[in-house]
Amino acid sequence: MQRRKFIKRATLATFSGIIGSEIVYGLNIPQGYRPLALQEPDPFKLFGKDAEMVVLNDKPWNMEAQAYLLDDRVTPNAKMFLRNNGLVPENIDAQKWTLTIDGESVVAKKSYTIQELKANFKVFTYQLTLECGGNGRSEFDPPAKGNQWTIGAVSCAKWTGVRLRDVLEDAGIKDDAVYIGYHGADIHLSRNPDKESISRGAPMAKALQDETLLAFQMNGKDIPLAHGYPLRLIAGGWPASVSGKWVNRISIRNKVHDGAKMGGTSYRVPCNTVAPGEKVADEDMCIIESMPVKSLITYPKSGAMLPEGKKLNIRGHAWAGELEVTQMEYSIDFGATWQICSIEKPVNRLAWQHFSAEVDFPKKGYYEIWAKATDSQGVAQPMLLPGWNPKGYLNNACHRIAVKVT
Amino acid sequence: MKNFDNLKNDFERARRVVILACTVVVLSSLLLIYLIIDPRLSAFKNAAPQSEMVDIPLDNDNNDTIENGIHVRTGFVDAPGMIETVQNCTNCHSSKLVIQNRMNAERWKATIQWMQETQNLWDLGKNEEVIINYLVTNYPPKKKGRREGLGDIEWYTLKE
Repeated sequence: MQRRKFIKRATLATFSGIIGSEIVYGLNIPQGYRPLALQEPDPFKLFGKDAEMVVLNDKPWNMEAQAYLLDDRVTPNAKMFLRNNGLVPENIDAQKWTLTIDGESVVAKKSYTIQELKANFKVFTYQLTLECGGNGRSEFDPPAKGNQWTIGAVSCAKWTGVRLRDVLEDAGIKDDAVYIGYHGADIHLSRNPDKESISRGAPMAKALQDETLLAFQMNGKDIPLAHGYPLRLIAGGWPASVSGKWVNRISIRNKVHDGAKMGGTSYRVPCNTVAPGEKVADEDMCIIESMPVKSLITYPKSGAMLPEGKKLNIRGHAWAGELEVTQMEYSIDFGATWQICSIEKPVNRLAWQHFSAEVDFPKKGYYEIWAKATDSQGVAQPMLLPGWNPKGYLNNACHRIAVKVT
Repeated sequence: MKNFDNLKNDFERARRVVILACTVVVLSSLLLIYLIIDPRLSAFKNAAPQSEMVDIPLDNDNNDTIENGIHVRTGFVDAPGMIETVQNCTNCHSSKLVIQNRMNAERWKATIQWMQETQNLWDLGKNEEVIINYLVTNYPPKKKGRREGLGDIEWYTLKE
């Protein structure tokens, strides 16, 4: 046990070293020189990621899947996108980790160890869709600032933890509570300890939902380090930035939380639609809440060639933020006609749904299969880019794959 | 005779124990004395990193080598303003974040201002113009329209 602990600590230390911890005598290193260890860290090994995941950024780490990698019904760690705003925290000791509930609207400030959370509250497991608010950003014109996500910043893993509601109620929620804001242990890119990389949150109604968890497990195991070990807030169906990693404090606020990346253009879109490239005043920006309806064809991989007369079985997932997907369609003629796909009910609220269809091609040629989901309020995915916004959020344009019948 | 042998062995064993005990006492005393003189072990700490420093070659491959017009370490295009961009824009975040973003001068200016207000970026002085010129010249925005065609398709024969 001791030995195992030692090895675990040593691995963590190596880990944080690779990610960019303080270099001893760093000031003496000639300017422009990067120590060998920092040049080519293998993020795939480091984070246990599939070799076909795409690295968008290595400081902080940002990595996305490709459509065909997301074929699993429950997303494994290897294929889960990675979006970090700061540096992965160093020297985590889960035994000593505490979560503090504080803020203007808490009845009594209270702290819990992870063991106390597990022992004092009922544990729940839900499969929850987490999609980065900026998934699809790369398609916006004029281009939007930030990591240029294509389609792979979405996942739907099984998260196990206690309900945030149960813990908040244990500490006590005052009547004037409006919002919760999380605080995590990740390190600001500037390494200034007074700055937080990200500290977002959600209105009380979302915080008190059954499925909003303080999770300590992902897919039945400890949460992987890069995904928030040892404790992560999980708020499915909302921009994944609401699901704060390495969370050690949750503030019950009497106003909309004002932490890092709650204001300006961060995770906010124009309250009223604007022309592409238009300037938007700060007060005209609204915080993103539920994510829009969207779907992905995860099989086959784009570029499939098949002989004439052969049927093609396609499949994928669809999700709709707080809502459910009620209809799934595909088109092989650029949206002129649409056919129905069969779609399963979600395994629980806020989990993605699986669709499939058998596609018949009338003759040889180049085809694109377009997928379109419609949510329970009758809102469907657009074929072209949805409304432009300064940071390129919420692109839910239909997914397309190319097929050749020969 | 057998008893005498046993006795001899016992003496030998006792002698070894005494020698070992003395060695331990002497060594710990020496260590203790050293710790009194230099409680922070500074003599040991300084030695290693300084010798490492000497080993770092200035013209290392990983420094500012250019290959085929690309700055190897960061992936930046070698053009006027590249070094200023490397020096000011890759300390906090990766060059990958810069390269994948396409903006005009006005939006780069706003981005720099945002980094100064929220991300601890320093005043760039006259380098600001040099950097912005470098970025808009070498990484200009590309027209994408309302939706681009599917590009870079890797065709393969589907086996089912």
